[in-house]
Amino acid sequence: MIAVTGLVKAFNGTPVLRGIDLTIQPGERIVVIGPSGTGKSTLLRCINFLDHADEGTIRIGDLSVDVAKATKAQILAVRRRTAFVFQNYALFANRTARGNITEALVTVQGIPKAEATSRADEILRDIGLSDKADAYPASLSGGQQQRVGIGRALALNAPLILFDEPTSALDPEWVGEVLDLMRRIAEQRQTMLIVTHEMQFAREIADRVIFMEGGRIVEEGPPSQIFDAPRDPRTQEFLRRVR
Amino acid sequence: MEALDLDYMMGLVPILLRYLPLTLGMALAAMVLALVLALILAMIRVARVRILNQIVQFFISFFRGTPLLVQLFLFYYGLPQLMPAFSAINGVQAAIAGLTLHFSAYMAESIRAAILGVDRSQWEATQAVGMTQVQAMRRIILPQAARIAAPTLLNYFIDMIKGTSLAFTLGVTEMMGAAQKEAASSFRYFEAFLLVAIFYWVVVEALSVVQRWLEVRMNRALAR
Repeated sequence: MIAVTGLVKAFNGTPVLRGIDLTIQPGERIVVIGPSGTGKSTLLRCINFLDHADEGTIRIGDLSVDVAKATKAQILAVRRRTAFVFQNYALFANRTARGNITEALVTVQGIPKAEATSRADEILRDIGLSDKADAYPASLSGGQQQRVGIGRALALNAPLILFDEPTSALDPEWVGEVLDLMRRIAEQRQTMLIVTHEMQFAREIADRVIFMEGGRIVEEGPPSQIFDAPRDPRTQEFLRRVR
Repeated sequence: MEALDLDYMMGLVPILLRYLPLTLGMALAAMVLALVLALILAMIRVARVRILNQIVQFFISFFRGTPLLVQLFLFYYGLPQLMPAFSAINGVQAAIAGLTLHFSAYMAESIRAAILGVDRSQWEATQAVGMTQVQAMRRIILPQAARIAAPTLLNYFIDMIKGTSLAFTLGVTEMMGAAQKEAASSFRYFEAFLLVAIFYWVVVEALSVVQRWLEVRMNRALAR
């Protein structure tokens, strides 16, 4: 089980997260929606310590970390139990598509190179990029880069994959292929926490939808409740605007 | 006006050629040492290691702020006066040490700028997959920084090759020193120094070819 409790984060005195409590069951697929600047991405980044929250605890399985007192070793341990998919892909520019997937397997997880390579090739097949295995990120389309980014996250076998607006930076023509891939991952009951503006996609794959505003979770529930019968006026207002 | 004595110049070619290895050797040794030192200095600057950072800033400021010739004289002729142990150093060693210190200051700043020039997302990606800072630096950041810094560093190497001619002022007979000696006995200063100039020029041009080739090679990963 993964649990975030009382997560608080301010940037230069401006509060962004005002106490987030979130429990994620294994295999659960959660989509976070809400207006821009309400801390959705910050929540994800704090769970992975890309941003360091000011207060709260993060628990992943038997590992529990008080973020205010987190040591380097604890931060590393949390990062090694989570995977992250970036809005801007953030592929290693000096590694091929295959190298992007094997890098952490070899460097971080200590898996022998040959084994890592065969696992990467499997994943490349899965994400439909076998023919691009030796291509560097700069020569790939946005959609292809993001599929590699997702492949890299998948390879880590992390208990939780965080998706930070994975399609927001993509040209419209590439959004479909990335969402398709995420749909397939969701079908395998991979635990996912996704920030996205793709409402139709959220409705299809989410077990639970979380609506955030002003650094707080305003409302959460199954997609049918959030999208068809939102209770909070702020949720209603937001959904009216995005439709 | 007297005509250029081409025969005399041709006769000098094998003599100067004998000193070319020393010139290149000094430059190469200083380059390798300076790169290692510069990398260490750059790391201290990037990681903002307390106290050490201030010392490094002072070091860089001094070696960039004073002429190489003055530094060479200060260390080779001046330092033994304070610390007699330094009188055991010969001119070649002093020149290599001087070039190393001088150019490492410049190179440290280019390497630092190159490291800071690597996109922030690259750091974040290394963090997200759980790499330590050292792993991130070695595997992802430095290779990309090297590509950014390479043209500048090679320019410093070119400067270094030319800078070895100052070893002559420390009593080292390298290409410049040899030319000076030949000219002094023949009074053919123009021919001798013109030939030295051509020698340096050819070496630097050859290096520029390598430089262009390296840049193409290193940028392969970025090609669309």
